[in-house]
Amino acid sequence: MEFILVIVAVILAGLIGWMLKQSFNTQPWVAETVGESANQAPLGASAKVVGLTTLLAVITSFFALIVSAYALRMDFGDWIPLAEPRLLWINTILLMLASVVFQWTRNAAVRDEASRLKPGLILTGVLTIAFIAGQLIAWRQLGAAGQYISSNPANGFFYLLTGVHALHIIGGMYVWARATLRVTGGAAAAAVRESIELCTVYWHFLLLVWLFLFGMLLST
Amino acid sequence: MAFVAIADRDHEIEHHDPQTFITKYVWSQDHKVIAIQYGGTAIFVGVIALVLSAMMRLQLGFPDSFSFITPENYYQFVTMHGMIMVIYLLTALFLGGFGNYLIPLMCGSRDMVFPYMNMLSYWVYLLSVIILVISFFVPGGATGAGWTLYPPQAIMSGTPGVDWGIVLMLASLGVFIVAFTMGGLNYVTTVLQARCRGMTLMRMPLSVWGIFMATVLGLLAFPALLVAAIMMLLDKTIHTSFFMPAISSMGGDPGYVGGSPILFQHLFWFFGHPEVYIVALPAFGIVSDLLSTHARKNIFGYRMMVWAIIAIGGLSFIVWAHHMYVSGMNPYFGFFFATTTLIIAVPTAIKVYNWVLTLWEGNIHLRVPMLFAIGFVFTFIHGGLTGLFLGNVTIDLPLSDTYFVVAHFHMVMGVSPILVVFGAIYHWWPKITGKMYNETLGKWHFWMTFLGTYSIYLPMHYLGFQGVPRRYFAMGNTEFLPDSAQDLNAWITMSALFVAATQILFFANVIWSLTRGPKADPNPWHATTLEWQTPDTPPKHGNWGHDLPEVHRWAYDYSVPGYDDDYIPQNVPPDKAPAGRDHGVHH
Repeated sequence: MEFILVIVAVILAGLIGWMLKQSFNTQPWVAETVGESANQAPLGASAKVVGLTTLLAVITSFFALIVSAYALRMDFGDWIPLAEPRLLWINTILLMLASVVFQWTRNAAVRDEASRLKPGLILTGVLTIAFIAGQLIAWRQLGAAGQYISSNPANGFFYLLTGVHALHIIGGMYVWARATLRVTGGAAAAAVRESIELCTVYWHFLLLVWLFLFGMLLST
Repeated sequence: MAFVAIADRDHEIEHHDPQTFITKYVWSQDHKVIAIQYGGTAIFVGVIALVLSAMMRLQLGFPDSFSFITPENYYQFVTMHGMIMVIYLLTALFLGGFGNYLIPLMCGSRDMVFPYMNMLSYWVYLLSVIILVISFFVPGGATGAGWTLYPPQAIMSGTPGVDWGIVLMLASLGVFIVAFTMGGLNYVTTVLQARCRGMTLMRMPLSVWGIFMATVLGLLAFPALLVAAIMMLLDKTIHTSFFMPAISSMGGDPGYVGGSPILFQHLFWFFGHPEVYIVALPAFGIVSDLLSTHARKNIFGYRMMVWAIIAIGGLSFIVWAHHMYVSGMNPYFGFFFATTTLIIAVPTAIKVYNWVLTLWEGNIHLRVPMLFAIGFVFTFIHGGLTGLFLGNVTIDLPLSDTYFVVAHFHMVMGVSPILVVFGAIYHWWPKITGKMYNETLGKWHFWMTFLGTYSIYLPMHYLGFQGVPRRYFAMGNTEFLPDSAQDLNAWITMSALFVAATQILFFANVIWSLTRGPKADPNPWHATTLEWQTPDTPPKHGNWGHDLPEVHRWAYDYSVPGYDDDYIPQNVPPDKAPAGRDHGVHH
């Protein structure tokens, strides 16, 4: 459980550090006219950014818990490692490309270059769907080799981790699909800019999660 | 500079003003309506769980007298009672109910920042409740695995509800967690983002602090329950071996290889212990505000109270294995977790001292909410002290499987939060409904509930010391127990039935107030916090009329020397306070 404890400690340290700054040296019982105190402002970000950041903290906790369970289970001494399909390397490259293209699209949205949004979003979607299809093919390859989810604990964790990761991407594709529909329907860059920006952050985040999980699966 | 978000909200509110009955009361995006929906649903399932506990007590007090209570039923009652009370009642009521109602009103916002997601949160919660209730009626009935759902027994034949009950239970928990996450993102973001001008973090009422920190804990801890539920669901349905070791069942081989039941316990309690504080922190916050308001005194040590809430929240993540002392863990782990458990008593004790010091020389008004708040201080001290016993490994080992533990956790996280729930309902009832409740009925409700619960749980500690085992359908051949143990059991059952019946007074009061209750004053308690300063009672959609409030002071300006009134609302500027003083320190 060390891993989740470190994650929780980092998240709470960030929150508590910020709250310390807000509360340090304040005298709550002093009444002042609005505007006199420097501590009266909310965060300088939009609500959606704060909401997404909170959601990413929750998802981080979710994956960190599975990773902790994985590590705890590995320690029991009867661990049978799984040989991961080579296809995962190609899938990883697809997901990295999806992130790169999404970032390019986001930059276009920020620079108000509306013509680039449609090809960018569609290419991102194609690459992401290819990643998920690739993961499914990897499952089938394992199944063909007789490695089922119920064969042993290492297999169970492999299918679980890849499965819930793919589900999180599919969840993100709902927001991606809405943005894409609006762009194909002729929405201006400014109108879809925020959802594209937030979606890009989500894609990068899930790429990072995948790189971590892939490294862990390969090395164990 | 940073008030853009609030300006946005103003704009948005005008566009989704509810028009029809359906959008106003059913598919409502108004935080106040959602709060009432959450609260009503939670109290409804809570009543089911109360009836289940009465059935358990009937069996324990008068064994073999009721043919409709079989051992299988008994385990189903235990399981569903525990799960409903902890998750579907207390968590949903404190965060979905009071969180939804109080956060925007106390922070001076028009609504939650994501109203649509807030609405979705309630309906997904309702779905989880429906799945849970359906599990009573499927073949084999609800699961009887115990509220902790420990594998391997939870999903092996022999346990009641192993075919469908456990599957629906796990599915319902998963759905609940999705609902909670949607609500939780709202509560956190609203507190961080949508406070009105002047509402600094250190001017927030402690109710908001408690709910905020509890939500942070929930967002980080509920994933552990989700992970455990998903893994167990896979173990049950497609025979993975996350938690199931190679095992034989009824002479056969169910086909599991190499899973670890202890792994489940770690995941479950990594959620389960913070869950205690997810329930307790909102109660701490709310009770602080009730005590301060009805004692007409500022809360003692406000900053200490805030930091105690934060410290308890942080520490609650490193005490989980004190629920697992009997699992055969490494003694050094036991030492570590006993130490952290005792450390968490320090900030908790600070809070208790501060509540008592708030009452000290206060102008105490013993109205119904105040009675419940003071009652909470008693039951919480009582349950907290037995927690210090059980936190020690050597004391926990012999007591772990006895009624001492049942008495402890019911005192500390059953009775105590429920007293705060009632106190809070009576306190905010005039604002929520615009009607007053019946004071006499309310006082009867308090005294019968308070004394009745003591009559249940105080003797239960002695049963535990005698070694009466918990989780048993009947005591069986326990020759070390004197016959009087059974007499005490019968007494406890009578008290439990009495307390359960007493709750009718509460519902009678609700009906009395809604039908013939007098119109409530907008601020009947002369409270300082913003929810009492709304232009309408009950507050209309958007809460504040045309202009958002501006906050100039903290929430605890009670009995400030030199002023005519014994309270100054948070939105009164320093130069407009009743005695017309200049800017400056009031103490």
